[in-house]
Amino acid sequence: MDLSWSEAEQSFRLEARAWLRANVPERPLPSGDTRAGFAAHLEWEHRLHEARWSVVSWPEAFGGRDATLWEWLLFEEEYYRAGAPQRVTQNGVFLLAPTVFAFGTPEQQRRILPRMAAAQDLWCQGWSEPGAGSDLASISSRAIRDEASGGWRLSGQKTWTTRGAFSTHLFGLFRSDPEARRHHGLTYFLVPLDAPGVTVRGFERLDGDEGFAEVFLDDVFVPDTDVLGGVNQGWTVAMATTGSERGLTLRSPGRFLSAADRLLDTARQVRTTRRERAAAHRDRAVQAWIDAQAYQLFTLEQVTAITEGRPIGAESSLNKLFWSELDIRLHETALDLIGAEGEAEGPWSKGFLFSLAGPIYAGTNEIQRTIVAERLLGLPRK
Amino acid sequence: MRFRTAEDDAALAQAVAELLAKEASPEVVRAGWPGGPAERVDAVWRKLAEMGVTATLVPEAAAAPGPGPGHERGPVRGHEPGHEPGHDLGLGLDENALPPLLRELGRSALPVPVVETVAVGAPLLAAAAAPQLDGVLAGRLLLTASLSADATAPVPFAERADLFVLRAGASLRLYERGELRLDPVASVDGSRALARVTAPAAGGLLLAEGAAAVDRAWQRGVLGTAALLVGLSERMVELTVGYVRQRHQFGAPVGSFQAVKHALADAHLAVRFAAPAVLAAGSAQAGGDPRAAVATSLAKVLASDAARLVARTAVQCHGAIGYTTEYDLHLYAKRAWALAAAWGDPTDHRDLLAHALAL
Repeated sequence: MDLSWSEAEQSFRLEARAWLRANVPERPLPSGDTRAGFAAHLEWEHRLHEARWSVVSWPEAFGGRDATLWEWLLFEEEYYRAGAPQRVTQNGVFLLAPTVFAFGTPEQQRRILPRMAAAQDLWCQGWSEPGAGSDLASISSRAIRDEASGGWRLSGQKTWTTRGAFSTHLFGLFRSDPEARRHHGLTYFLVPLDAPGVTVRGFERLDGDEGFAEVFLDDVFVPDTDVLGGVNQGWTVAMATTGSERGLTLRSPGRFLSAADRLLDTARQVRTTRRERAAAHRDRAVQAWIDAQAYQLFTLEQVTAITEGRPIGAESSLNKLFWSELDIRLHETALDLIGAEGEAEGPWSKGFLFSLAGPIYAGTNEIQRTIVAERLLGLPRK
Repeated sequence: MRFRTAEDDAALAQAVAELLAKEASPEVVRAGWPGGPAERVDAVWRKLAEMGVTATLVPEAAAAPGPGPGHERGPVRGHEPGHEPGHDLGLGLDENALPPLLRELGRSALPVPVVETVAVGAPLLAAAAAPQLDGVLAGRLLLTASLSADATAPVPFAERADLFVLRAGASLRLYERGELRLDPVASVDGSRALARVTAPAAGGLLLAEGAAAVDRAWQRGVLGTAALLVGLSERMVELTVGYVRQRHQFGAPVGSFQAVKHALADAHLAVRFAAPAVLAAGSAQAGGDPRAAVATSLAKVLASDAARLVARTAVQCHGAIGYTTEYDLHLYAKRAWALAAAWGDPTDHRDLLAHALAL
């Protein structure tokens, strides 16, 4: 066991901290899931990119710093501690990019990654459909071969697309072989949202922001160069992406460590005016703090395994279960501490509504528990 | 940064796991219950002692024994000049060795005073050059310990122990069985051999003095207990998984039903998130980290709460067979309940954390 950081890691952390201190906007930006807020967040993304902090773990050639997984964790810790804005580019950076690195051609990597790092292209995901949510393999949006034009024609409907109304491109799965069953016969496509035949309609989420969209595709032409991975190999390719969404990349411990610290601050404040209320919820506040530390320690163990060449596989479902439910408990505790004040829109009430999405997206927690039971514990499917 | 048990510590735990797999069957665990052939438990304890388990935290060259018990002498730090070189008894490992080692002992549920001897007592006896050290390390003398500030708290293994490490104000003292009054207490886990212990106002051998020394020993006890709980929890999950895979109802294994799957997923999740916290606490103690107390309380809360959830889930997922004493599950569940409340229960440790966090 060696729980210390190297000198290089320390100085990486300090460099990030100094830059964030000098650059993080003093007042929080309006929500990035609204039209006005999204524009403000784009400006922030451009600033991050200019200073090469937008994709620290990517190769320098694509706009990153070649940072190790450890350094990435430190950056995230500093990022959340500094109260920096949410990352509106995250679906591209954290979900699509790992897949492009793994399956993209050199041409695709050069064309897609630098523009993604610079927040010039904004990517949203096209997985769910009205009839295919948890059962992703049942999607029915079609891709029909157009040999003459050297590409495919896409038709169908995608939905629950996060920030779809503000994005420029969509990545997603389409059924390219109607004869093949279920997860066979799917292909992973990259689709510009300004292509003829695409219609995007934004709609409000539970938290009141226009963070969702549905995307209608009517005979949309996509050239062969925008197929990611092999034709009919989409399921394998997509699973690499959902793996990173569930796992380390989307929810770093820094976010929960910082939220837990804010919860303790709230508890201390409440104690000065309403001592009994603070006492009544003290143990839950402590427990939320404990759980945030537990999530970090678990992550350190996982990163050790990954860096030593032992993939974490289905254990990523444990991460997703733990952080998503911790996030809700943490916000519920904060709301119980502040009482009627929680009715007013504020960081805790907003954060609470947002936390409710955690156990739903990236594979519902019901699906995750089944994965844990079957793949980690070896319980029978039937 | 490398969040993984070092090779030496892992090797010891592995060797112990292999021995326990052969020697510490549930039948041997039952032998530690009242009326059972407790010598079967003692025999395994002596084999563990031969491997050096009892001397895990004892320095490689321990100080030579001093005069007999009752004779006042202060704790010895290192070797005094001109002193006989000590025996070559200790493994010389640090607290990093405790989580993997005690996790294996937890898995076996062998009813032996492993926390009391390995984590707490042996290193104290070695530092104080107590003459009973040899006997303790060899497994001939059974040593228990209770560092509770409450002198009326039941002491585990008291009915079987030859030696007792007890708290006396701000010091820790070693008593021989004959010096103490024992009032046996029936316990939920019969193998705990509980008794209330009354120590004489004078007597015993001074082992350590001062809040820092008492705290250090206490933290080792908490750490060891948390590690036992992780092992017990893992064992209960495995036992339950094995059972729900073979038990059929409605023409299918009950483990194929989602209600059972999800309950066991939650149990597994709790253990998986407790285990790294226990490793981190061992590392903090070994490194003399000023936050070691916080890391240790954190580990105990997570391990205790996980064990309680796992025990309850295991009983429920077994159905009626889990509610019998013929089946082995109760051996692990009752130990888990006992240890979750021992060395500070989750409420105590959350309270300590609340103070550390200025709440």
